[in-house]
Amino acid sequence: MAVLLRKSRGALQFVKTRPGLPGILNSRIFSCSSYHCKSNNTSRNGYTLHSSFLGLPGYSVRFQASLHSKALQLEDHDYSVNDQDWDFPGGKVPFTTKIKFTADSSEDRIHCYRILDSSGHQILSNTSEMISKELAVKLYSSMVTLQMLDTIFNEAQRQGRISFYITSYGEEAVNIASAAALSNDDVILPQYREHGVLLWRGFSLQEFANQLFGNRADYGKGRQMPIHYGSNKLNYITVSSPLATQIPQAVGVAYSLKMEKKDACVVTYFGDGSSSEGDFHAGLNFAAVLDAPVIFFCRNNGWAISTPITDQFRSDGIAAKGQAYGIPSIRVDGNDVLAVYDAVRKAREMAIKEQRPVLIEALTYRVGHHSTSDDSTKYRALEEIEHWKTARNPIFRYRNWVERQGWWNEEQETELRKSVRKQLMNAIQVAEQLDTPPLTDLFTDVYHDMPSNLKEQERSLKETIKKHPQDYPSGFVV
Amino acid sequence: MAMRRIGSSSGPNNLFNICRGLSTTTPWLGSPDETKILRNGTTKSMNLFTAINQALHIALDSDPRSYVFGEDVGFGGVFRCTTGLAHRFGKQRVFNTPLCEQGIVGFGIGLAAMGNRAIAEIQFADYIYPAFDQIVNEAAKFRYRSGNQFNCGGLTIRAPYGAVGHGGHYHSQSPEAFFCHVPGIKVVIPRSPREAKGLLLSCIRDPNPVVFFEPKWLYRLAVEEVPEDDYMLPLSQAEVIREGSDITLVGWGAQLAVMEQACADAQKDGISCELIDLKTLIPWDKETVEASVQKTGRLLISHEAPVTGGFAAEISASLVERCFLRLEAPIARVCGLDTPFPLVFEPFYMPTKNKILDAIKATVNY
Ligand SMILES: Cc1ncc(C[n+]2csc(CCOP(=O)(O)OP(=O)(O)O)c2C)c(N)n1
Ligand SMILES: [Mg+2]
Repeated sequence: MAVLLRKSRGALQFVKTRPGLPGILNSRIFSCSSYHCKSNNTSRNGYTLHSSFLGLPGYSVRFQASLHSKALQLEDHDYSVNDQDWDFPGGKVPFTTKIKFTADSSEDRIHCYRILDSSGHQILSNTSEMISKELAVKLYSSMVTLQMLDTIFNEAQRQGRISFYITSYGEEAVNIASAAALSNDDVILPQYREHGVLLWRGFSLQEFANQLFGNRADYGKGRQMPIHYGSNKLNYITVSSPLATQIPQAVGVAYSLKMEKKDACVVTYFGDGSSSEGDFHAGLNFAAVLDAPVIFFCRNNGWAISTPITDQFRSDGIAAKGQAYGIPSIRVDGNDVLAVYDAVRKAREMAIKEQRPVLIEALTYRVGHHSTSDDSTKYRALEEIEHWKTARNPIFRYRNWVERQGWWNEEQETELRKSVRKQLMNAIQVAEQLDTPPLTDLFTDVYHDMPSNLKEQERSLKETIKKHPQDYPSGFVV
Repeated sequence: MAMRRIGSSSGPNNLFNICRGLSTTTPWLGSPDETKILRNGTTKSMNLFTAINQALHIALDSDPRSYVFGEDVGFGGVFRCTTGLAHRFGKQRVFNTPLCEQGIVGFGIGLAAMGNRAIAEIQFADYIYPAFDQIVNEAAKFRYRSGNQFNCGGLTIRAPYGAVGHGGHYHSQSPEAFFCHVPGIKVVIPRSPREAKGLLLSCIRDPNPVVFFEPKWLYRLAVEEVPEDDYMLPLSQAEVIREGSDITLVGWGAQLAVMEQACADAQKDGISCELIDLKTLIPWDKETVEASVQKTGRLLISHEAPVTGGFAAEISASLVERCFLRLEAPIARVCGLDTPFPLVFEPFYMPTKNKILDAIKATVNY
């Protein structure tokens, strides 16, 4: 007992003398003897933390100033007695004698930016400087390609040729127009319903098919389920199924771009459902505090599998949350190609020029089932799906506009569809015939170098295969 | 506001005992044979997800202070386990949560701490990790750290686990070993529909937080005669599901079906295997396993999770401690490989029947 006691006291003493901890252990957390004081006044984080503990009036960090990491200037601080407001970390806080809670949301919902009306008529007139004929046509043909790609791969899944598929039906404008407003140097951290971004960047139909079939040419070496694309060349970080995990990661990527003074930003995509995960909140807060050039792009498509957004949150969507974290945010009509393009273009400019995060909430609709494992008619009205599929279809709407510009016609449409169809069928055929990845790919890349336990397991597996070849699919090079 | 407690000692005002009172009328089934002597005795052929669904119906029906919640449970869940519950018991007791696993478990802990039965669904075991902190640091220590003033014993976390043939990294994992390293929670895995129903009801009514992993490969595949009644199967009690004399095999969940085939094939070669379903991984029934190994002198453990640091390692170490002098061969482990769960390589990753059979032979002929 005595020994134990002495031991534990020894441990306490050890902890006490460790630098960095005294602030906690000797209860001088509110005094200047903590390590914060060692930092000079230009260390923003250290100083802010220290001052907020003190709760001292008289210095100001403007709300916006946090965006620029400006050194605090002590001379500006006002230490005079003032009962109108408090200089509190973050800016002046005025006093009031009225007891009043903030509303749960503003009366007016955050407005939704659009350029084209529902029938594709232009509401804003000055699009000509924004978009050339060439770009306009490429936007259109890419959306059609994306939709056809989805239709044919989805069909391939129905026929049992691939095990799983996810379409982006209804979200073609979100996918293509957001990608078009970026540079290929901008790094993408996707969720999983953004393969249109890859398509725009030049991922070939063959490359798509290779991933879906998990063949030898799949960059992911057949290890992940279909639709988990990734391309180092195209700055598209490989899809991971766990939701929202990419959001704080995107901030780290953005911070790196910032430190390297790159003329590029990060875009991370996620759904309305994912915005409920802790990682979403961590990511937004980190980005705001670290002034990271990242665009948070939320595809608010109304549903997370069977869960409607009314079961997901009670805020005014996602845009309101961006603002709460101190991030400039915009809501955009996700089925309006031009509006999405314009919003992302401006967001990119802000993110890079001002070195700060921006949030975009695109209102859209998941027209397809969640995935090939889902039947969405079990939980939502057919009329609802139909309405978004037809009356609010982003492709129809945009086609009206490009046709009205005289940049597109029926003949081009037929030609495009014929050619894309042919390419897709060909891609599937080729992908199907390519070999599976070699067996050794099961063991590589777990680590940078293969450790001995895996070498041993590979050897023993090969013996098992030799002994029981009937247990294993053919086509694998052992 | 004081939190009501359940599951502490035996005072007459103890809420848990009041809740438990509901279940004292239900028979505990010691072995599958006993299911036949249930009072009205009716059984029905059903698959595993239907058996789970039935257990949830019974849990909600027999205790008005029980709740079922999680992602997409409102419409019946992506595996249909919660079908019909919201309709029957209302949206206040059966509901969709926001998409947030840490929220689901944290919410469940609070609900349970107030004396309710919180039955939380995590859509896939692969997505339980955001809730790891809530489970490991909170649920598991809620009772201990408060000196038993508070507990969240009414919490049960259900999660489908394991391979399905095409799940890749994130729809296939068997994360049980992580949770077996955590004193304060129980980990239970059923092997069949009848087991699933009886064990799940026990977990829901157990005065400790439980993680209940459901073998999703068997949701539709496994069909069995299941008693229609409310019944419970004991926790921390393993079951010898095949008697033998040459070697003991220990497993749980979906892997037992594979092991069973290996035992049958070994029989053809004249090797008599004893197969044990562990059912509860912590706290586990060492005595049943020890008794078997004392008889056979040999032990093989098999699970889908990677071999390194898997629960087989714990069983193996414990049995060496208890049966060192009786062992006639090294303890064999036939498990998943030390890689992430792969998609196209799944058949190679899996602890197959023939891998087990080879290991049985090697152990017996050691
Ligand atoms: C951490 C985690 N929990 C649960 C899931 C299962 N899951 C896959 S997609 C999905 C819904 C996502 O909805 P949303 O973010 O709105 O994206 P959408 O499918 O609408 O594009 C769920 C619950 C998951 N992949 N990861
Ligand atoms: Mg969604």
